[in-house]
Amino acid sequence: MENDIVEFKGLVITEGEHRVSDDVSTHGYHSFEIGQYRFERDEYFVSIHHPKGTHSMDVDHFLRDTMRDVAWGFFYGWLNFDDVFGTCNRYGSVDMYTGTYNGAYREAGSDYIERFDSNELLACLKEMLSDWVNEGFNPFQAPQETGTSVGRKNGNNDEALAFQRETAERMVSMPGDAQIRTDEGGTPVNRHFSDVAQDEPEVLAEPGFENELGAYNFFAYLSRSPVTWNPSIASVVKASAYCPTSEEHALPVIHGNDRVEWFIQLSDELIWETGDKVTGAPRARVTMKAGDVSVMPADIRHAGLSPKRSMLLVWENMTPGLEKRYASGELPPVPVSF
Amino acid sequence: MPLKTVFSTMENIQKGNINIIGKDEKKNYLFSNIYEVARDSLEYERVVIAKNLEYTIEVSKAVGNSPWYICAHDETVVCMEGATQINFIKPSDGSVIPAEEKNGVVKLDRKPEGIKMGIVKIKFGHQALLPAGAAYQFNASEISVLMIQSVIGDESIERWADICEV
Repeated sequence: MENDIVEFKGLVITEGEHRVSDDVSTHGYHSFEIGQYRFERDEYFVSIHHPKGTHSMDVDHFLRDTMRDVAWGFFYGWLNFDDVFGTCNRYGSVDMYTGTYNGAYREAGSDYIERFDSNELLACLKEMLSDWVNEGFNPFQAPQETGTSVGRKNGNNDEALAFQRETAERMVSMPGDAQIRTDEGGTPVNRHFSDVAQDEPEVLAEPGFENELGAYNFFAYLSRSPVTWNPSIASVVKASAYCPTSEEHALPVIHGNDRVEWFIQLSDELIWETGDKVTGAPRARVTMKAGDVSVMPADIRHAGLSPKRSMLLVWENMTPGLEKRYASGELPPVPVSF
Repeated sequence: MPLKTVFSTMENIQKGNINIIGKDEKKNYLFSNIYEVARDSLEYERVVIAKNLEYTIEVSKAVGNSPWYICAHDETVVCMEGATQINFIKPSDGSVIPAEEKNGVVKLDRKPEGIKMGIVKIKFGHQALLPAGAAYQFNASEISVLMIQSVIGDESIERWADICEV
């Protein structure tokens, strides 16, 4: 049963593109349908209709979650928008569920899950964001940095929605690779990191070795991140990826791992609340301060809170097929036993 | 009043904690602190603080000159405290370079013969590439903490029971 709910091997992909309503609501928004799901928004809430009922969410929260789903290409594993609704990446297809990973919903038989082609669902969510995100609201930014998500339809912010994270192939600053962030490049130091040193290291290469040696100010790079909860890739060693990110306010999603990942808190403080990946039952509260290191086991979900903008190093293993090895039990959820 | 960004040092360790709420154990989080690990390590030990299959993040307390090292694959280093110079040499004797499939850094007996590639000087918050096939040596002008992105190898030290919260 445990593996069934984790893998859902028998689920068939619902074919077909999404559908957008011809008319807009009294608040000025279109509604969206894909498979048996229908999404509507009003001034404050999103209603998610499915064959077994309707789930409602605060629109601000929904848009921030959807932005991460789109920006991360559905990421690894489960992106729970809250304790009821979310998506699970099957790598080529995506499950969209309501209550499937909530113990109470499952026990009552009130849960619903449907599988979609990744590209089809992505197209639906992108168009939904474009319609539902108003001018002045950036779902990548912390609440104090941006305008409001509530209210009637008022323009759009497609420019913000198009943000692409930087992904280094080897290391930021190396020739031909992702480069450092600068004022001139439109990435000034964030207001919460005004005291972070911006000095660059010295690279004194001998003639002929200019392209082989490299270094940059990693913390300054992070201090200039224009978004929150959106890791870039700063350095890669084989399949080992440093994915640093600046965090402020709350991680919009509750991330359910399909593999192990590690967190290294580089500055300030971040609080993680963990729960059982399948049922959501609370497990622990992990408070991380500067220098702390913690694994996020492959059998949990985690929600994050950062009272001040902080620097987090997310460390990922990009080896293909890991999710299957964890799901089968070949790899234990905690990578080290002692 | 502008906000202050808080960092740790070996002299001033900020450490969090784990509060178990439900069915869980502190051991499951392999929770440690870079600066505690460095403080309690010998010079240039490479203590594994994070491990994901064969991949590692290792912490090293840098004091003065390190041995010379070389690796078949790239590594990176972030200076988490202090300041360190890294000297690079391209070995003239190809046998010094580990086989392509060899994981992790190899410690050399002596400074290798070869061509000077250059030096890189990193301070707090800086990240440098340690390129594959280049011999390197750390020279710390002050006691430093280095965080190294690598693969498990001969120099990787695992002492989880000593470093993790239980």
